[in-house]
Amino acid sequence: MNVIEARELGRRYGATWALSGCTLDVPAGRLSALVGPNGAGKTTLLNLCVGLTRPTTGSVAVLDGLPAGSAAALEEIAYVAQDTPVYAHLSVADMLHLTRNLNRRFDQAYARGRLDELGIELGHRAGALSGGQRAQLALTLALARRPRMLVLDEPTAMLDPLARHDFMAAVVAAMADDGLSVVLSSHVLAEVERVADHLVLLAGGSVQLAGEVDDLLACHHLLSGPAAQAAEVAQRLDVVHLTRGTTQAHLLVRADLAREPIAAGWEARPVGLEELALAYLRESGASAGALPANQHLEVTR
Amino acid sequence: MTLDKQNGSVDGAGSATGSPIAFRLDPASGVPTYLQLVQQVEHALRLGYLAPGDQLPKVRDVVASLAINPNTVLKAYRDLEAKGLAGGRPGVGTFVEATLSQVALPELAELRRTLLGWLAEADKAGLDEDDVVALVTNTLRDFHEARRAPSEAEGVA
Repeated sequence: MNVIEARELGRRYGATWALSGCTLDVPAGRLSALVGPNGAGKTTLLNLCVGLTRPTTGSVAVLDGLPAGSAAALEEIAYVAQDTPVYAHLSVADMLHLTRNLNRRFDQAYARGRLDELGIELGHRAGALSGGQRAQLALTLALARRPRMLVLDEPTAMLDPLARHDFMAAVVAAMADDGLSVVLSSHVLAEVERVADHLVLLAGGSVQLAGEVDDLLACHHLLSGPAAQAAEVAQRLDVVHLTRGTTQAHLLVRADLAREPIAAGWEARPVGLEELALAYLRESGASAGALPANQHLEVTR
Repeated sequence: MTLDKQNGSVDGAGSATGSPIAFRLDPASGVPTYLQLVQQVEHALRLGYLAPGDQLPKVRDVVASLAINPNTVLKAYRDLEAKGLAGGRPGVGTFVEATLSQVALPELAELRRTLLGWLAEADKAGLDEDDVVALVTNTLRDFHEARRAPSEAEGVA
């Protein structure tokens, strides 16, 4: 079962395509991380999945075929937008009351229990909570809806390391408890490496790489050897990224080394998720220096 | 996908979970997270912190304390099961089923004696610790590769 199925999905704002030609399957039961630079189209893709934006081209379905934005889909998806917004003037109790009345399903006992555990008092004004507590409040409201899929847009960007850890711990604990599927966008690669088992790499409005993290790591390798032979080795393999000095070269390749043994004198080493993501983002021309000017616009907000 | 809920307590990260060991992570090690968990169990078995019959930390507790993906913990436990070191009891948890018996002690002592002699020679030749580690790692890899594909290795040589 897939929680997201996008087919040739695209969204244009004015003259700018925030997302284009996006065909993507995200399997259920995973924590899928959407990674990419600012303006890559992460928020646009998430907004399309939860139905806050309509596609310009193509289609997107969620939770095994439900049209994104349909009533059936909204019932099963909880979305926490960027910077975990809450109504600043409402008390925590009022936020609970509001959310319960705006949703058909809301587990009040769970929400209260969780806030109690976190030491968040019902009488507090939501706007007066610390960043970490506000994020936990937003997450609690989302989880109390008992969704099958939780969508988080850069949930931890504004949090200190401890609050970030506690927030992610709460998310993965909900996965372990309920078999919840999670899709989150982030540009903190170290965090993604820790929690994600599925990765979608976005740059310049299109998908650069997508798949199970284990599979992606297993089929990529860093080959190091004499720079003089780099071109020859590169010719036979699918090279993602090349770094070379005068005598030594490193090739990040996509290859099955069991079937294509490496040349003598070359060493193969596994790559980490961060290294892999950076290599793809560099090659996509997504680094700040190589971006066309209009890509810097925060069109996806 | 169904997860084994294992009735985990919802205590904070620092509290004892009822398992003899607690996992930790070294993000800088470059070792995949699931493998770090596997290695820590194996290490604990070698050192006697874990014995057959002991329960491994509950998936939910590991996840909540380290903020890692539950599938990563399940993968580590499956790996330990495949190695015959642990077994899952549905609805209860994962338990240690075997211990990591070391090579018989006299043999170990003899190997250690030879290794010390070799290290002395390496030292005499001017190799420092990093040189020794690099040489051992490299040779070990060649040794494994040669054993995996003897015919191919001869061809290259």
